[in-house]
Amino acid sequence: MRHKQSAWLATALIGIALAVLPFVVGLGIGNAWVRVLDFALLYVMLALGLNIVVGMAGLLDLGYIAFYAVGAYLYALLSSPQFGLHWPVWAVLPLGALVAGLFGAVLGAPTLRLRGDYLAIVTLGFGEIVRIFLNNLNSPINITNGPQGISQIDPVRIAGVPLSRPLEVFGHTLPAVYLYYYLFVLLALLIVFITVRLEDSRIGRAWVAIREDEIAAKACGINTRNIKLLAFAMGASFGGVAGGLFAGFQEFVSPESFSLMESIMVLCMVVLGGMGHIPGVILGALLLAVLPEALRYGAVPIQQALFGRVLLDPESLRMLLFGVALIAVMLYRPAGLWPEARRKREFLGARTK
Amino acid sequence: MDIFIQQLINGLVLGSIYALVALGYTMVYGILGLINFAHGDIVMVGALVALSVCRVLADSGLPGPMIVLIGLMVAVLVCMALGFVIERVAYRRLRNAPRLAPLITAIGVSIVLQQIAMLFWGRNYHSFPPLLPTSTREIAGAQITDVQIAIVVAAALVMAGLMLLVHRTRLGRAMRATAENPAIAGLMGVNVNVIIAATFVIGSALAAVAGVMVSANYGIAHYHMGFILGLKAFTAAVLGGIGSLGGAMLGGLLLGIIEALGAGYIGDLTGGVFGSNYQDVFAFFVLILVLVFRPSGLMGEKLAERA
Amino acid sequence: MNRETLLEARNIAKHFGGVRALHAVSLFILRGEIYGLIGPNGAGKTTFFNVLTGLYTADGGSFLLDGAPMKISAPHEVAAQGIARTFQNIRLFANMTALENVMVGRHLRTGAGVIGAVLRDRATRDEESAIAQRAHELLHYVGIHRHSNVLARNLSYGDQRRLEIARALATEPKLLALDEPAAGMNATETAELRKLIETLRSDGVTILLIEHDVKLVMGLCDRVAVLDYGEKIAEGAPAEVRRDAKVVEAYLGGAIA
Repeated sequence: MRHKQSAWLATALIGIALAVLPFVVGLGIGNAWVRVLDFALLYVMLALGLNIVVGMAGLLDLGYIAFYAVGAYLYALLSSPQFGLHWPVWAVLPLGALVAGLFGAVLGAPTLRLRGDYLAIVTLGFGEIVRIFLNNLNSPINITNGPQGISQIDPVRIAGVPLSRPLEVFGHTLPAVYLYYYLFVLLALLIVFITVRLEDSRIGRAWVAIREDEIAAKACGINTRNIKLLAFAMGASFGGVAGGLFAGFQEFVSPESFSLMESIMVLCMVVLGGMGHIPGVILGALLLAVLPEALRYGAVPIQQALFGRVLLDPESLRMLLFGVALIAVMLYRPAGLWPEARRKREFLGARTK
Repeated sequence: MDIFIQQLINGLVLGSIYALVALGYTMVYGILGLINFAHGDIVMVGALVALSVCRVLADSGLPGPMIVLIGLMVAVLVCMALGFVIERVAYRRLRNAPRLAPLITAIGVSIVLQQIAMLFWGRNYHSFPPLLPTSTREIAGAQITDVQIAIVVAAALVMAGLMLLVHRTRLGRAMRATAENPAIAGLMGVNVNVIIAATFVIGSALAAVAGVMVSANYGIAHYHMGFILGLKAFTAAVLGGIGSLGGAMLGGLLLGIIEALGAGYIGDLTGGVFGSNYQDVFAFFVLILVLVFRPSGLMGEKLAERA
Repeated sequence: MNRETLLEARNIAKHFGGVRALHAVSLFILRGEIYGLIGPNGAGKTTFFNVLTGLYTADGGSFLLDGAPMKISAPHEVAAQGIARTFQNIRLFANMTALENVMVGRHLRTGAGVIGAVLRDRATRDEESAIAQRAHELLHYVGIHRHSNVLARNLSYGDQRRLEIARALATEPKLLALDEPAAGMNATETAELRKLIETLRSDGVTILLIEHDVKLVMGLCDRVAVLDYGEKIAEGAPAEVRRDAKVVEAYLGGAIA
């Protein structure tokens, strides 16, 4: 009884904290940081989606951002001047999820039986192929508008109200970034809910079984191909939803946003945070999304103070630290910063002296 | 038919370079089961180091080709050291870890190498100083430069040297044994750590040579040049059969030719819809096709899984 | 008791490159019996298992289960048709608890999907508790219930074997195929294993057994088949087979005077 009560209390507190967060951040450090928070939430969604693939099912996907791109460009094509279509959000987002999921199924069907590192490279190749196509499908027919990307994308509209303009609520004016924050937080919570439920279910157990010993899993009657495909397609569809939101939020998409580095970034959020462990993944996403911005503010003045000039621009400093972090975490905390107990055992069970 | 010979020659040159890089990948994979993501960046370091040396010596009065040779030797030494350090620091501890860990570490190493390169050489494209003769010859209606001939010949010599090393020396025998079964090789008295280090070092040396060839052939070097090149070379290694040296060479040459012919003809084949800007996509498609339909590659062995 | 044929193998063939691992192997297993598959190392016993359970594809021949031809293209299909197996080198889900291992075994006979998982509707919740309950029952049955929440990797070798059997039973098999279940066990553990297998038989489970432990085979099996170099050289009750000259030669390399 006490456990249930304290669980409710914790949930209520978290709910209040989340509701109040944009105000705290916005009034405390500035609305620009609420915008950072919004992007961070998109990354949380992506990381949770990839977590299903990498963390739960144990499939290494190095091209995950392709699904983000599919969702984003679908939104862009259906709600912008590019084709003159202006479909509503409630149609485009689910469609984005569906199309991205389909891409996932199509990619996964022939490739999921490959060994881990081969699968990694194939998915990497796929991610690059998608990016190259997005970059070049501007002739002979202009579909994606090539490297220039698609701009003037319709913002997200809830019940006719665009989130891109400040809204009067109970006498207070909420800026656009706050509005998007609430939308993203709600959707992120939905994704968290879905993944938590999946973890502790027949399907979730099947994923872990496949990860542990695929042959034994097959002997237990698990159709490993289909179950893996399910993980892949589900993860892809979450990416597609996040992509659509991204397009509506930024009102602009270009192939640049969907590079290999982005795929690796999301992968690292999952791996460094704590593979398969939902709180860890969220932590990883928030850290890796917010840290670069913090660096951007601090890197230049700190370097000026220390060296008298800027050696590394914030972008490359971020990448350098990122690369070092990858190596360091794999060497010393291979299960991630906040791993699930089970995973920790998997990883620490095998280390050379 | 008009551009066929030309593209074939281009493909041969490109393929020789791919083959050298692919050999590095395949050797490391054969012994450790690790895809050394950072291998392409070692190629890049080789290219840039050689380039710097050439720049420094450009006004020294030495003959052009000799400067390039000195640059090459310095690059080889630097890359060998780099390969050694990377293996020791980043990969050694992870030899028995689940596959994911060394792969992520390799990505980390790749990123770090690129950033350090950017620190030293900046973001710009660097052009190779004009030290090499630009004379061209004609073969069957197509052009080939002396540099390109040198690349093909040098690559062939290096590969022959490697085969000699692997098949006719004690070190080579130890390498082959370790690739087969590290535990047993160790029991037979092979110092597995040394052999693994040697594999990385040799692979890095090949990478350095390839790096110099790339910048000599295309005239430029850039901190990000290793990525795509590495990926394609890996494709070549897989195409030929990962773990097989002959396969890496064959795969490299084939991929180079496929890519060159594809880039040359794709405009005609697709009626102008897809141009040569899709060139990189070829390698990826080949990769996916090979892995899906013939994962053991052209010369690889099919391994049965024992329950 | 009506002892009709449960499994029939007809002319099973399998080669690896030039090596003929199985050649024209035919046998039949009666419902409710314990059938042993024995032979010297490398005779093809585990290969036969792997072909039967879909890990390898046969190069010839067919299997009939309950009189109907079996469709064997993937291991999970074989499990669905009612043949569960354990492995020579125990394949458990090491980082899952004993209970979770057996619950995975229930996957085949249950059906909750993604929607059910997310919504946790009545039907799904009921199914989940049924899965857990059945898993507890099976753990009791094989005698390791006190270790329900212990990680599989931390169980003793003997307990791991039992867990593997419990997991296989969770798939509700018609035929339970055990690949050297007594391997690596001492006399006490082997005796306990024997008791368990006999209990299984008395509860109506048909068992196909690969074993090297001659005493276990003689005492336990109703019938045995002997493989040597991929061919069946003898079949029948253990006592007869043991006296068969070909069998003696296969094991000992020559007739005993």
